Amino acid sequence: MNKTEQHIILKTESLSIGYKSKKTHSVIASNIQIELQKGELIGLVGANGIGKSTLLRTLTHMQPKLSGDVLLNEKPIANHSNLELAKVMSLVLTEPIASKNLSVFELVSLGRQPYTNWVGNLTTKDLEMVNHALNLTHIETLKHKKCFELSDGQLQKALISRALAQDTDLIILDEPTTHLDMYHKAYILKLLQKLVKETHKTILFSSHEIDLAIQLCDKMIVMTEDDVVSDSPCNLISKGTFEKLFPKDLISFDKKTGSFRVNK
Amino acid sequence: MPHSNTYKITFLVLILVLIATFFTNISLGSVSIPFKTVFGSLIGISDNYIIQNYRLPKALTAILVGSGLGISGLLMQTLFRNPLAGPFVLGISSGASLGVALVILGSGIFGGVFAAFLVFKWTIVVAASLGSFLVLLAILIVSARIRDTMAILIIGLMFGSITAAVVSVLSYFSSAELLQQYIFWGFGSLGNLSWNEVFIFFIIYSFGILLSILSIKGLNTLLLGENYAKSLGLNIKQSRFIIIIATSLLAGTITAFAGPIAFIGLAIPHITRQVFNTSNHKILLPAVFLFGAIIMLICDSIAQVPTSDYTLPINAITSLIGAPVVIWLLVRKRKMIF
Repeated sequence: MNKTEQHIILKTESLSIGYKSKKTHSVIASNIQIELQKGELIGLVGANGIGKSTLLRTLTHMQPKLSGDVLLNEKPIANHSNLELAKVMSLVLTEPIASKNLSVFELVSLGRQPYTNWVGNLTTKDLEMVNHALNLTHIETLKHKKCFELSDGQLQKALISRALAQDTDLIILDEPTTHLDMYHKAYILKLLQKLVKETHKTILFSSHEIDLAIQLCDKMIVMTEDDVVSDSPCNLISKGTFEKLFPKDLISFDKKTGSFRVNK
Repeated sequence: MPHSNTYKITFLVLILVLIATFFTNISLGSVSIPFKTVFGSLIGISDNYIIQNYRLPKALTAILVGSGLGISGLLMQTLFRNPLAGPFVLGISSGASLGVALVILGSGIFGGVFAAFLVFKWTIVVAASLGSFLVLLAILIVSARIRDTMAILIIGLMFGSITAAVVSVLSYFSSAELLQQYIFWGFGSLGNLSWNEVFIFFIIYSFGILLSILSIKGLNTLLLGENYAKSLGLNIKQSRFIIIIATSLLAGTITAFAGPIAFIGLAIPHITRQVFNTSNHKILLPAVFLFGAIIMLICDSIAQVPTSDYTLPINAITSLIGAPVVIWLLVRKRKMIF
């Protein structure tokens, strides 16, 4: 890949993340250097409690950074207004949506909020974008269903569709594969890969599906106790980064297959 | 959002029902007035003192009270993402009750200083408004420091408990006569307002409605939850502030002018959601307005006990009529749509 010509959407400069209270700083990870380029699928992996969600929350400006900077289109994220941010970055969160009484169409339409007028009327262009988003995730047939009628996999697709309708260069998903069966985990991640190829958006997701991420991602961010590394999956395997992910007493990483095996 | 057109017929039907209940409400009462006279005095052909100075302001008050409480209930249920929320969860009615209790009951305890003012009904209106305003102010100060909307809900309930306790203490030391006066205020009443009072009521009510209309987009965004709403560019603090102000303007003035009217604020949004199968506030807001107005007019017509001289407390009627309706709707659909 000719990276020099590519456009950097999001970049961190010696970023430290964690929680601040009046007296203490509890640092979760520091000196994070990552670059997300246009048209890349990036997987964020790490053990439970290592700080994946904290990193995502900091990157999405839901939580203040400790030091360093997050640059979105070369501008510090804090200098974006909520509305500007909403036109650059859309989210799929782990928290359930507040009202499951929304129909899929209504849910996806809400993705157009940053562009609609004061009362939220959809223009022809908005309707086109909504229908396009529904088509991309193949859920046109579900559009009149209520969210409480959907399976977990269908709901996840609807939420991804909503993020697509928001028409942003960057989509960030927090653990989009939790609660899904093996098939649907693969389905959702494969869908993300397809979306990156078709729409040239940048998609960053956190996941525990390391095997799948290795096979599908252009780049991976691996969070371990010591540091945060980001590189292509192949390079990460040869560098032996995945071995450092978990304690070695139970499972170990098999370089040949690119997956974890239970120790015998 | 779609399907706005499919609701047009339902809206048309509701508007016709509202007009019908309005006329019925004005035609009924302890004094029987022929329909011709009723209609004539409404369009200004003939004069009828009872219609023009008693029944008409009462019917208009019923419309303002029903629609206002319904809309503030809808706002609270969406803001707090809680189907049990109503306009009074923030302690607004408790604040009003405290204000009124201090004036009525306090006049007995603290001597005749207050008693002199009691001749004016306005004292009660002012006391109720001031009470709900102060409780609201406390909640706004707290909510500026607290991010979690649920915490604000709990704090509102706590304020409610505190004011209720103060009212109990005041009641304990009050004479039976004053206590009765306070209890009568608690029954709620639609019929005591003069045209001037209805006019002032309407002006404050309109501000509340205007703010509610301005909140429509924010309310729809909040259906996704606060983090999603923020990621869609919504200024959460500002929207929350406007929604709380709108609710307190509506619920505060209604309590001040008509007493603490139970149930309507909680029930109307649920009844509306059963008929209008949508979460879009652009449709729900006018629908709640119509349902609130219609149901309040019906409740008031029943409270008049047609052909008799009795007037039952409106507060009892709203619950007696409203609660079974909600239970029936929920049992029939087997689902709480929220």
